[in-house]
Amino acid sequence: MRIGPFIISAVITTGLIYGLNKKWGTIPPIGKFLSPQFGVWQNAESANADFATALKFSGLKDKAEVYFDERLVPHVFTQNDEDAYFVQGYLHAKFRLWQMEFQTKAAAGRLSEILGPGKDTSILNFDRNMRRLGMVYAAKRSVEETENNPESKAACDAYTAGVNTYIENLKESELPLEYKLLDYKPEKWNNLKIALFLKYMSLDLAGPENDIEYSNVKTVFDSADFDKLYPFTQDSLDPIVPKGTVFPEPTVKVIAPANADSIFSAWKNSTVINDIKSDKDNGSNNWAVTGTKTQSGAPILCNDPHLSLNMPSLWYEMQLHTPNFNSYGASFPGAPSIVIGFNDSCAWGFTNAMRDVRDYYEIKFKDDSKQEYWFNNAWKRADLHIDTFKVAGQKDFYDTVAYTIFGPVMYDKSYSGKRATNDRYFAVRWKAHDPSNELMIFYKLNRAKNLDDYKAALPYLSCPGQNCLFADKRGNIAIWQQAVFPAKWKRQGDFVMPGTDSSFMWQGYIPMEENPHVINPERGFVSSANQLPVDTAYPYYIGGHHDLYRGYIINRYLRNMNGITTADMQRLQTENYNVLAEFALPVLLKNTDESQLSGDEKKFLDIVKTWNKRNDPGEKGVTIFANWLDSVEVEIYGDEFSKVDGNFIWPERYTMVEALVRDSVYIFIDNINTPALETTADVVMAGFKKAVPVLLKAEADNKLEWSKYKDAGVRHLLRLPALSRYHLVVGGGQNIINATKDFHGPSWRMIVQLTDKIEAYAVYPGGQSGNPGSRYYDSFIDKWAAGKYYSLWFMHPSDKLDRKAKWKMTFDKL
Amino acid sequence: MKFFNSFLLTALLSFIAGIYISYWWFFAVIAFFVAILIHQKGYKAFTAGFLALFVLWFVLAFWIDFANEGVLSAKIASLLPLGGSNWMLIIVTACIGGLVAGFAALSGSYLRSTNSKKQI
Repeated sequence: MRIGPFIISAVITTGLIYGLNKKWGTIPPIGKFLSPQFGVWQNAESANADFATALKFSGLKDKAEVYFDERLVPHVFTQNDEDAYFVQGYLHAKFRLWQMEFQTKAAAGRLSEILGPGKDTSILNFDRNMRRLGMVYAAKRSVEETENNPESKAACDAYTAGVNTYIENLKESELPLEYKLLDYKPEKWNNLKIALFLKYMSLDLAGPENDIEYSNVKTVFDSADFDKLYPFTQDSLDPIVPKGTVFPEPTVKVIAPANADSIFSAWKNSTVINDIKSDKDNGSNNWAVTGTKTQSGAPILCNDPHLSLNMPSLWYEMQLHTPNFNSYGASFPGAPSIVIGFNDSCAWGFTNAMRDVRDYYEIKFKDDSKQEYWFNNAWKRADLHIDTFKVAGQKDFYDTVAYTIFGPVMYDKSYSGKRATNDRYFAVRWKAHDPSNELMIFYKLNRAKNLDDYKAALPYLSCPGQNCLFADKRGNIAIWQQAVFPAKWKRQGDFVMPGTDSSFMWQGYIPMEENPHVINPERGFVSSANQLPVDTAYPYYIGGHHDLYRGYIINRYLRNMNGITTADMQRLQTENYNVLAEFALPVLLKNTDESQLSGDEKKFLDIVKTWNKRNDPGEKGVTIFANWLDSVEVEIYGDEFSKVDGNFIWPERYTMVEALVRDSVYIFIDNINTPALETTADVVMAGFKKAVPVLLKAEADNKLEWSKYKDAGVRHLLRLPALSRYHLVVGGGQNIINATKDFHGPSWRMIVQLTDKIEAYAVYPGGQSGNPGSRYYDSFIDKWAAGKYYSLWFMHPSDKLDRKAKWKMTFDKL
Repeated sequence: MKFFNSFLLTALLSFIAGIYISYWWFFAVIAFFVAILIHQKGYKAFTAGFLALFVLWFVLAFWIDFANEGVLSAKIASLLPLGGSNWMLIIVTACIGGLVAGFAALSGSYLRSTNSKKQI
């Protein structure tokens, strides 16, 4: 033996293996990662992959069969309901395990465990934000409620068993790519994770609140001005419940505290910026028309929820068929049931209600130990929860959160969320904290046969507030804005409220019957697009923030459409007409003095003057219009808002446009920093001139065309460009029916015609497989971007030999 | 002949081990023992080990990539970053396997070698 060389060589070998088996910063363990038999190569699915297989598991009650069509959409046939959820859990895990785990880890504030603290502890802060908001607390209460109901418990238990069966049989080489990249392993699934996932959706959808921002704005403006900036209603509002509807007297009476206004005016805050908040355009379109307006004589229901466009997609398309129900549509990987879809008798869909169900109360603690707080003239003990955060590559982090009668003290001296200040205590009261069993609304809708079943399903939706749309084969259409909404006095919860006594607490909840709803209206259609659900005749305060123009234009189209076909609905759902421009552009042009424009300025003006008011991908006019309006907004509000200390939120775009259209003297037009009294023409011209350099830059970069300027894409959840699809050629945008922004938009487009044999179309920007190494990873994106649809195959048990059933997967009892 | 035998044996056993043994680096153990069993001079043992795994991993990666129509390799090659080239990814993959096996085989060779220079 040559001992010296042997030792050197052996050390090099083991060193190499050690080094290649270890994650270095963001570099994956490169040996393990690239090993063709274990690593990422194993995720490279054959282009001719065969998904047919026979499986045997002990968790099943009976035989089950799954038929995959050529788009890899599974059609699940089982002998009982539990097996359907078992198989659904198994398939979700098989195709989407990583995202299910990642999203529930995000919801539980556990991303630091896998990603480390992040740059400037941004990931740890995200986690703290989640825990401080009480996400885990809310999910735990929700699990209790879910498990108290035998139906939802059975569904969740079976689903969880299905997911775990997949995980237990998973070989290391089969781990989804992201686990290999980040070098960790999935943990066992449980019902809490289902609840966490649903709370994550609640957070995304029931997030619209600007209490701290409005409080900051309120320090600068008096109540009258504040109401002008953030009005209760709009001139062009076309609400969900048609204008002029008479509402019954409210059964819940609420009384505003006498000192409310003075307290709000006395608010003081200091500068901090930036916050982890959901996209304020998280919204959606949905509408249904009765048979009187369609060519077939049957109702048509349409829905497209606008959410962050991620890969793997939030949605997984599938059909569940048991002796008790037969349902098809989009499901959430992470929860049992079909979420948006149809069954043999009816179809349903959702849009966001945009109501504010999350309020902040300022807590007065006895001292910094946060053990006691002043409430109703006495010191009350707070519950102190110590949260432990595991942080990859670092020692554990501990965070103490005080729980009060209102809820957790989210912002305190140790955590500002870059939103509050570090010298005050804000407790959060969020409707999602209350025990609830949201899963049951989907469970019941999957089995609904008629309008009564639909109404019986609705009460289970406690939070987030949704506009629940329904249509059935008998010809009924309905929409109901449902959640357990607190009955609020005007402006309650728009600002941070005092938490020293009970006078500012929520006083009651609006009964479901008094929530805005419309059933079989004379006009032959129901619709919602995140606009205010009602006009000012409604007896309860709505709050929140709402869209305006999508609802307006959808209703205008629907009123004028007759003999409607599913093809018409496809065109409507992908419509790029910009109705905002119809209101705003004439005002802008009227106030433009062409003689004062330079050559470049004139060139852009000519483009926007001849623009067809469509946000089609190749249009340049919309880019000019959008920048012009942005810049006018700054001209109008910039001077006043520069006095606001701390975070604030601009007034809605429509508030400004409606003020300009009214042509009255809008007080905010005047620049308070100049002695002159500015006019509309002044701000319009100044805005245009300031927009031109931005436009010249865009032109130089060849980005004046709308789709290039907007530059839409679908991003991987880890924001890795290599796993994302960027630079899609798509039109649409904010305020447009086709609500595609940069990374946000129609996440599932669905059209269902309730003829005897249901005719349905859908598409989503993603693919059925969550594996970036599969051709089914992004297989729907181009079709989605082009505004095209797939015809859905609502498979009947007699179709089992149909050629469309491309692969058969069988499940047997072990 | 020795060279070819050790090359073939290492590649073959490594492939089989990859199916049954759940450690990605187990081929290093194989390369090591093959080099003990079929003794060659250091550089020859290293080359045989290196080539065995280089070829094995190259062929496997190439075959997978071919069946996958390059869908994944293009993504991984821009993630890593190798300019999005699937060929680069395959070669890097093969080199990693080769390097580890080469050194493992070298160790095996040194373990068995009598100190030839001194004997002369």
